[in-house]
Amino acid sequence: MRLLRQILSALGAAFALSVLVFVLIRLIPGDAVTLWVGQEGSMPPQVQDTLRRMFGLDEPIYQEYLHWLVDVLRGDLGYSFRSRLPVAPALLAALPYTLELAIGATLVSTLVAVPLGVLSAVRRNSGLDLCARLLALVGLSMPTFWIGVLLILVCSAAFHWLPSLTYTGLFENPAENVQQMFLPALTLALPLMAVMMRMTRSAVLEVLGQDYVRTARAKGIAQRPVLVGHTLPNAAIPLVTVLGIQLGQLLGGAVIVEQIFGVPGLGTVLISAITQRDYPVVQGVILLTGLTFIFIQLLVDISYGYLDPRVQHT
Amino acid sequence: MPRVEGARLSGRTRPANTFTQFIRLLRRNVLGAIGAGIVLALVLIALAAAWLSPFDPNAQVGTRLTPAAPPFWLGLDQLGRDELSRLIYGTRTALIISTFSVALALLVGGGLGLLAGFYRGWLDVVAMRLMDVLFTLPSIILAIALAGILGATLQNVVLAIAIVTAPGLARIARAPTLVVREMDFVIGARACGAGDLRILARHVLPNVLAPMIVQVTVCIAAAIIIEASLGFLGLGVPPPAVSWGNMLGTGRQFLELANGLTILPGLAIMITVLGFNFAGDGLRDILDPRLRTST
Repeated sequence: MRLLRQILSALGAAFALSVLVFVLIRLIPGDAVTLWVGQEGSMPPQVQDTLRRMFGLDEPIYQEYLHWLVDVLRGDLGYSFRSRLPVAPALLAALPYTLELAIGATLVSTLVAVPLGVLSAVRRNSGLDLCARLLALVGLSMPTFWIGVLLILVCSAAFHWLPSLTYTGLFENPAENVQQMFLPALTLALPLMAVMMRMTRSAVLEVLGQDYVRTARAKGIAQRPVLVGHTLPNAAIPLVTVLGIQLGQLLGGAVIVEQIFGVPGLGTVLISAITQRDYPVVQGVILLTGLTFIFIQLLVDISYGYLDPRVQHT
Repeated sequence: MPRVEGARLSGRTRPANTFTQFIRLLRRNVLGAIGAGIVLALVLIALAAAWLSPFDPNAQVGTRLTPAAPPFWLGLDQLGRDELSRLIYGTRTALIISTFSVALALLVGGGLGLLAGFYRGWLDVVAMRLMDVLFTLPSIILAIALAGILGATLQNVVLAIAIVTAPGLARIARAPTLVVREMDFVIGARACGAGDLRILARHVLPNVLAPMIVQVTVCIAAAIIIEASLGFLGLGVPPPAVSWGNMLGTGRQFLELANGLTILPGLAIMITVLGFNFAGDGLRDILDPRLRTST
């Protein structure tokens, strides 16, 4: 029942997103045909009108939206103004790189930030705690693109490493791919690490102050079992919420990181489409990113039930 | 008897508690004071940009990529413009855009959240669903799309950042309003014959202001990063306005020749954002004493 409600709510969000994307593109002055003509040079008005009828642009806006929605549901995102190729396959080719970046960054930062946050909370106000918190604040204040450029600067000076010009897919050659993607993923991971470390720390501190932790301690349970058995499972709940939101923001951060390292992901496609005024592609990328975002939120929502059994009963 | 017990109990716990709390507050507020100092200094720099900068930020004043040496204290960029003057003028762009966009977001988003929380009903549903729609996209993607589609001008960049900032402020304003509207003093005020406007302005607003102020500093920091990101991608404010993000984005091509062109603007962005974050943390401690113990 709960699952059904969550899926329905995600579908509602997806519908809202589709309206947003549709409206966003129609903020551009002129319709698709004038834009197309703008790039082709001249075109007789009769031909333009025929094209408008062909693409259904002479219909009322809600009908246009419905037609567009039906096409999208069929997996048809239209054709690129530039390459004249269908948009959907191009996006599906770029998506794995972006997803890999986002997932890689999440893994790296979870592995570092969660232990550090727990340690920081347990040894509250120690030197380590203060250092970690200060570093986290600094990390939060560094723009992603600057971190990326600094990493390139350091790595090229120290190891003569430069971002590669071409990228290999994860499944074509995993070893090479990981080597190429490590630095971009690290760039994306650093600001996330700062957020997660702060969140872990305050979540663990919050739980450590609870009665059941005191009871566990009073029973004579040692520090480690108290942490692993009583504290962490409860601290994980707010952490997963933040992770869900952050993972969505990572998709945004990936746009910038891809630009720096030249990774052929969705972000690179989006930026080049925007500068070339290739609106069908812009529309497709935004839609796909938003859908991924909504899907991640759905997964987070579902995972609550497993992390926090209380949720299932409400 | 209970008094004695209470005294003994507090006597045992209080010294350690107040002492650590005092130290923590001091340490926190040192950071807060540093943050406020940074913000104040930046505002002054932005206001006095014309007097402080040694050269016109858009004029070619020497050979391209001249290394740092007097009179070009930080060197010249890839077009022979004085890096220091450009950094100083960049402060102005960063602060103007972030302040205006957050102010707009506060007015629309915060106002809508306040009204939605106060009146509930259809207004609440419509306003919050509208905000939820904006939440279906990562903020930077939405900002890129808006700036790219509307065209990169000062107004559009401000608008784009305001649109992505507004939903968060609306939620922050709505949540405490929902609680406050049920409080006895609001019911009391209504019983005394106070109108909606008076209740909103005199009773609700003061009680939701504290979290709003903290959120605003955080939003300004975020707005500066979004502005810089747009500039970095070439979708920010057009020249003659100078954007740190754009300086970094274009200077990056000369990484081996003059790494200062990428390091310095990044440093400027970081210090500014850090200043606002520190100030926000400090404000949180001052305005919301309840949070002192938990964080």
